[in-house]
Amino acid sequence: MKQWRRPGLWLSLALTVAVSLWPVFASNKAYAREVAFTILKATALASSLNILLGYTGYVSFGHIVFFGLGGYVGFYLISVHSLPIYVGVLAAAASAALLAFLLGKAILRLRGAYFALATIGVNEAARAFIKNFDPFGGPTGMTLNFSVYRHYGGPNQALWIAYAAVAGLTLLVVLTSFLVKTSRFGLGLMAIRENEDAAEVMGVVAPSAKTWAYVISAVFPAMIGVLFFFKNGNIEPGDAFVLHQSIESIVMVMLGGQGTVLGPLLGAAAYQRLRGFLLVSPLFKNIQLTVSGVLLLVIILFVPAGLVGWLRGRFPPLRRVLE
Amino acid sequence: MLPKKWVLVPALFLAAVLAVTACQPPAAPPATESVAKILTVGYTTSQTGSYNVSSTRQVNGLNLWMKEVNDAGGIKLSDGTVITFTGESYDDESNKDRVQELYTRLATEDNADVLISPYSSGLTAAAAVIAEQYGKVMITTGAASDATYKEGYTQVFQAYTPASRYLTGAVDLLAHVDPSVKRIAFVYENDKFSTDVVTAAKDYAESLGYEVVLFEGYDSATTDFGPFINKIEATSPEALMGGGHFQDGSTFARQIHEKGVTAGFFALLVAPPEPDFADLGGAALGVIGPSQWEPLAAFTPESAKEAGLEWFGRTGEEFVAAYVAAYDEEPSYHSIGGYVAGVILQKAIIDADSTDPAAIRKAMDALDVLTCYGRVKFDTSAEAHGLQIGHDMVYIQWQEDDAGSLAKQVVWPLEGATAETLYPKP
Amino acid sequence: MLDFIVASLADGLLLGFVYGIAAMGLSLIWGVMDVINLSHGSIMALGMFGIYFAFNDWGLHPYLTLVLVAGAGLLLGILIYSAAVHRVIDAPHLSTLLATFSVDMILIGIGTALLSTSPRNVDFTLGSISLGPITLPWVRLAAALAAILVAALLHLFLYRTRSGKSIRAVANNRAAAELMGIPSSRVLALSFGLGTMLATIAGALISTFFPFTVLAGGAYQLRSFVICVLGGLGNPLGALIGGLILGGLEGIIPAFMETSWVPVVEFILFVAMLLVRPAGLLRSKT
Repeated sequence: MKQWRRPGLWLSLALTVAVSLWPVFASNKAYAREVAFTILKATALASSLNILLGYTGYVSFGHIVFFGLGGYVGFYLISVHSLPIYVGVLAAAASAALLAFLLGKAILRLRGAYFALATIGVNEAARAFIKNFDPFGGPTGMTLNFSVYRHYGGPNQALWIAYAAVAGLTLLVVLTSFLVKTSRFGLGLMAIRENEDAAEVMGVVAPSAKTWAYVISAVFPAMIGVLFFFKNGNIEPGDAFVLHQSIESIVMVMLGGQGTVLGPLLGAAAYQRLRGFLLVSPLFKNIQLTVSGVLLLVIILFVPAGLVGWLRGRFPPLRRVLE
Repeated sequence: MLPKKWVLVPALFLAAVLAVTACQPPAAPPATESVAKILTVGYTTSQTGSYNVSSTRQVNGLNLWMKEVNDAGGIKLSDGTVITFTGESYDDESNKDRVQELYTRLATEDNADVLISPYSSGLTAAAAVIAEQYGKVMITTGAASDATYKEGYTQVFQAYTPASRYLTGAVDLLAHVDPSVKRIAFVYENDKFSTDVVTAAKDYAESLGYEVVLFEGYDSATTDFGPFINKIEATSPEALMGGGHFQDGSTFARQIHEKGVTAGFFALLVAPPEPDFADLGGAALGVIGPSQWEPLAAFTPESAKEAGLEWFGRTGEEFVAAYVAAYDEEPSYHSIGGYVAGVILQKAIIDADSTDPAAIRKAMDALDVLTCYGRVKFDTSAEAHGLQIGHDMVYIQWQEDDAGSLAKQVVWPLEGATAETLYPKP
Repeated sequence: MLDFIVASLADGLLLGFVYGIAAMGLSLIWGVMDVINLSHGSIMALGMFGIYFAFNDWGLHPYLTLVLVAGAGLLLGILIYSAAVHRVIDAPHLSTLLATFSVDMILIGIGTALLSTSPRNVDFTLGSISLGPITLPWVRLAAALAAILVAALLHLFLYRTRSGKSIRAVANNRAAAELMGIPSSRVLALSFGLGTMLATIAGALISTFFPFTVLAGGAYQLRSFVICVLGGLGNPLGALIGGLILGGLEGIIPAFMETSWVPVVEFILFVAMLLVRPAGLLRSKT
């Protein structure tokens, strides 16, 4: 496949691997691992969202619903039924795919702002429903008994296993994003983004293509969700369906450059480091939300194509490398 | 066109630079000297978000303790080591997302020796996992949920009375005040803490022979309790108990009053003990609430001797005076929650006569002491290790004092009561 | 049971008027310039605090301060439009969404830093009136009346005044309006300001019945989305009707199922509406 020779792919993969390996070589491994986990999770969420948002042009505010539902399904299987992690992860992926497929058929008919609102509605409905759903713990959620970590050789080992899985998944998302972008399928999606009616006239089966984009974008958050809540040791409705996190994912995609492979990566890394820095810096601790807001506004107003988009526009030769 | 390698090489260089600059510089190891030792106490506070107010009070209490101990010269161990304390904290934004990352940072990067929990059961559950994972002793405060202590942890110790005992005393009070009452309605915020509380209270009430006419939850985002209150009225309860946190509790109280609900006994969670509850005016009169501690509570060295318990620390009056002097506001139970977390740590270190974490843990397991906050003793069984079993709730009620303004009175338990219960609620 | 339904319906409908005003602001902005104002909720919260400080610190009557707060809301909206929205008004939807979202973050950040998230209460009451099974606080009746008044004034403004007609013209076809000599940017700024003014009015009215914090606006913002879809965009009457429907539903649902299921029903209805009749029950008019 000619795609393997494109430097853009290797750059994105190399950066992801670099971030993933950092905790192995850092002096404070545990803390570095926690930070890297957050960055990789953000990257996976942003990159998977990019498939729907950047390539297909459909703005989803409810991306986090797959993270939450997948997390719940997987956590339930691991905690209540004592199944191994990989079963939880695969089950989460399957349920998210199914949900996205069914949901997609219904709401992908909507365009623009209406679609965005529908995704918000879905997320809020899911959260309200789970809060009332007793098998999943209702409002109390579920907690993992500490002995579960012993199955994996103790908490330290379990955390590293979860981390490795997340790193692997993030690499997979980046790869998938690249493959989608450079395939005929991706071309169809981008045509839909530019002008859906014209695309249909030219032979792109829009409903089917959009649904597949939605399904692909849903599977990864679900798997990451299981690992995140496994690491956290508990899950509650209030943590699983945070609308704000959906919006943060959008911000990260925009920041880095939507519709590119590298964009969500850089956007996620930059955003998370910025937030992490603001939270612990004595100067900004009290106004970190305001500072984030101002930064975001500046970017939206003056650099809407995001970092990668701007670089590609400014330095055309870089387009080969910055996919 | 630029040759491929001209583009590839800088790109790979860029990747390498990014990877290297992302590395943190190693943290300086803490100074260890044989005579003076500084213990780092790590915690997160909710400087932003909905837990902001309660968390700030909790941290004020903790800082007051730390200042007192340090000003008094620290703790002197028998081998001559003098221990003082320093705190390290971050903003958790009232949300769980960062809690684990921040506590891992506290445990590994900042080398905290002991951890204190964030405010609220939800955040504490996330933090407790980290304490357990890194083997750091954590004293939880501002967190009442029982579930955290049923997960097989050994490092986590609870300062608050657990949720399962929050409203059981209110049922006892009801039985004392009006034995003829038979019908109770439980209405609660559909979240972890409130659900735990009312489930335990319902079981207790039913075991005493009460008829629970309504047991229903409302969503945390509910702004209008009107329809809900109509539903409650339709079941004609004689006593109404439950609620959630401050915001919904006070809205609920206000609307109950506006609608003229007839139940004579009204007990709410969390909201009534807050001084700001009096802002509701007439709606606050007669409302009962459980509190972890009240300034009026009468725990003294004498009462300790009477109960056959060891006494430790300052008296309640001294604490209130010091807190008011330092922060220019009355302390709430959140404040003393933070304060007593420090006191517990102090006592454990004195008892253990060492700062070795294993020794401290053993000392906490064996702790049974009366403080200005009340009795402190931890469950040491495997199923519920760390659960607080020594401390009980006090129940306050808002009543009119002689000048006609609203003031809190302790109405239960009878040993600590400062006034008769006002019944039925006007 | 009937008593309960009647009483709850009355409660819900009264509240629905206020929900309607809140939604009207969002609907106007959306209908005129196709921008979803994600800072709607925090602006409502500012309205609530305006009344709180005026009442608690200066003893001013809430309904008097309402006018001042409305004026402040108008100015704030024009400011936000000029600073944040104007540059990206012609860009794809996403940019305006994120622009208003960042304004929201800024407002909440400053609000929390200055005011903390401590709940505040405006202890203003006018007593209640009892009609059979129904007990209605006067503040709610007053708020409902205020809502109807505001809606009527808005309607008059949009249909009988020159500025109002300019707004409708720009909403209909911005380029054509420009060609006809209407300064569209100024008109858009004015519309945005009107939208935020309605938000602050709604916030001010709400402060007289519920305690609130800086973060209280979020729940109302979500409801406003639902109402806008129910009632149709850009249509003040539609927003009011949508608000009544939502308020009514919130009132009667507890009669038939556990109260904690109310949000589930609301959001399922929301998604269903979007699928079945996205233009709203009353078609969006401009």
